[in-house]
Amino acid sequence: MSELSTPSNPRVLSSMPLCRAIGLRCERGGRELFSDLSFTLDRGVMLELRGPNGSGKSTLLRALAGLYPDVDGEIDTCDLAYFGHRGGLSPTLTVAENLAWFSGLAGTTADDVPGLLRRVGVPYPNRPLSELSAGQQRRVGLARLMMTGERKPLWLLDEPLTALDSAGEALVGELIDEHLACGGGVVCATHQDLPVVPGLRIELGH
Amino acid sequence: MRHSSGPACRAWAAHRVRPLNALVAQFLRDWRIALRSRHEMTTPLMFFAVVVMLFPLAISPEPEQLAAIAPGVIWVLALLASLLSLEGLFKRDFSDGSLEQMVLSAEPLFLAVVGKLLAHWCAASLPLVIFAPIAALALSLPLEALSTLLASLLLGTPTVACLGAVGAALTVSLGRGGMLLALIVMPLYIPVLIFGTSATSFAVAGLSVAGPLAWLAVLAGLSLTLAPFAVSAAIRMACEE
Amino acid sequence: MGMLKTFWHRLGSPPWMYGIARPWMWGFGVLAAVLIPAGLIWGLFIAPPDYQQSDAFRIIYVHVPTAILAQSCYLMIGIAGFVHLVWRMKLADVVLQEALVIGASLTALALITGSVWGRPMWGTWWEWDARTTSMLILLFLYFGIYALREAIPRPDSRARASALLAVVGLINIPIIKYSVEWWRTLHQPSTFSMVEQPKMPAEMYLPLLVLVLGFYAFMGAVLLARIRVELLNRESGSSWAQAEARRLLSS
Repeated sequence: MSELSTPSNPRVLSSMPLCRAIGLRCERGGRELFSDLSFTLDRGVMLELRGPNGSGKSTLLRALAGLYPDVDGEIDTCDLAYFGHRGGLSPTLTVAENLAWFSGLAGTTADDVPGLLRRVGVPYPNRPLSELSAGQQRRVGLARLMMTGERKPLWLLDEPLTALDSAGEALVGELIDEHLACGGGVVCATHQDLPVVPGLRIELGH
Repeated sequence: MRHSSGPACRAWAAHRVRPLNALVAQFLRDWRIALRSRHEMTTPLMFFAVVVMLFPLAISPEPEQLAAIAPGVIWVLALLASLLSLEGLFKRDFSDGSLEQMVLSAEPLFLAVVGKLLAHWCAASLPLVIFAPIAALALSLPLEALSTLLASLLLGTPTVACLGAVGAALTVSLGRGGMLLALIVMPLYIPVLIFGTSATSFAVAGLSVAGPLAWLAVLAGLSLTLAPFAVSAAIRMACEE
Repeated sequence: MGMLKTFWHRLGSPPWMYGIARPWMWGFGVLAAVLIPAGLIWGLFIAPPDYQQSDAFRIIYVHVPTAILAQSCYLMIGIAGFVHLVWRMKLADVVLQEALVIGASLTALALITGSVWGRPMWGTWWEWDARTTSMLILLFLYFGIYALREAIPRPDSRARASALLAVVGLINIPIIKYSVEWWRTLHQPSTFSMVEQPKMPAEMYLPLLVLVLGFYAFMGAVLLARIRVELLNRESGSSWAQAEARRLLSS
């Protein structure tokens, strides 16, 4: 396997945890979502965030991604990929163009896009995204997540099973398993049972 | 770091990082989107044309009077038309989540922003620059001033796009930011307006246009170097919610 | 992605600032209470009338200090914005917010007094003179930041967005000023300018100097008073602010 090409990032060392959170506290609309929340995510481990709607799962994920600064405490993460509610894909562009944009954005070039799309079950690289169903668009999002490869050891998934059929759910399970087997880590907010047994679980909203 | 080997750990992307890829990828993406949603490109242009038509009707069809106001009219309309296209610059990307992926993944973000600004300029400003001579002729601007008008627009519109992008990025997360955007960026446009119209008026009067054109070039250089950082900071803020 | 510190850099803690602002506020207030009446009496009654404008020139004793302060306020806003962007200091946003209101009011006041002065000077209420035009643009820069702040509901985003816009404006102000002056020279070679007359005698500009200092002190006092109120307002949930509010109400 190839060496990770970012030796400039000293944080990505095999002995380091992928994500460390110390004493997180968040208040939204005058209500405390969580407080004194601490965890360490090691390689090969999935952390599952559970809790009812509005319990702060998405907020916590966005905070870990650095997209929500209103959280007190300390967060330390390695390079990460975020798979949220909004797909981050342009409906005007084709599937392949969307993926090419994303890999180019990260400074890399995509290879074997057809293989990648076969893997996620959307083998239509030249179709505009707007012609795909919601589930298929989510699958393209999964393809993009896979493309980050080893460069993004930490995956942050917000309700990854949304809009997916049972085969899609199984696919999410496989992808997570593979990512964990490669030494990656996953933080996943979900209200459905995932086909992967989490190593850690945090219940929010008590 | 070494990942454990096995077929599951297949790398789906080449791992050599080339920063310019971010610029090119963002440029291609936005340029393609612009070409496929052509009405967004043509609407500001038609707005420009229809308002140019109003001036002879409102003021006078006399060529001398029209020629006197032509540089100002064309420049003011170019600024207004830029506002029309700026509003959508980040809106769509913000609502479909592309902007947050850009913030999270672009290496580095400011180069992706430069790509975005370039695509925006090609899609929104360049058509205006190309169309401006027709408007100038309709407003009886003397032929010998035409090349200066074009030069002033070519040098001035990058600054307009850059400053406008800062305003657009600051207002992207707000529901209806159109009027606010105008209020924020119009005062910042004033130097470009002054030097752009002066250059054209100088050309009409047969004076040397080097001074104002040089100023426009300086402003373009300044804004092209500084604005991407300001825009990056602003879209980062917009995504943090 | 590096270390993500979500701890706010509390370089200036609100209760400390609230306390330290009080003596400074009084100091500036007393200074202003001495300098402004002294300068006004000196300028309006003692200084000799201008040989050209007779007593009409005396409005400079209000106009010039407000115009200088209006620009100083923007400088302060720009610096506060920079500090907020770089160090994320909460206090910088309080300073920005309060200086914004003061600066916009002073700019409007400078425009109004300029217009009143323009009437006997140029025979018109409004003249597109370089200074007037720059001042008008400055007013719109203030309006832009104010409108942006009003439009953003979340305090944190509001603070950062307005800080960025203030910095962008600060970088642009010299360019705008230069371009407007350049533009004015095209259309009319140097207009009559009272303030720049080098032969303004000492008995006329000394009271002006006193008034400029007095206005600065006044602005300092008002700014600090507003900052104190705003700090209490923002920290209304904390125990020190509640204790202070109780103390103020009981006395």
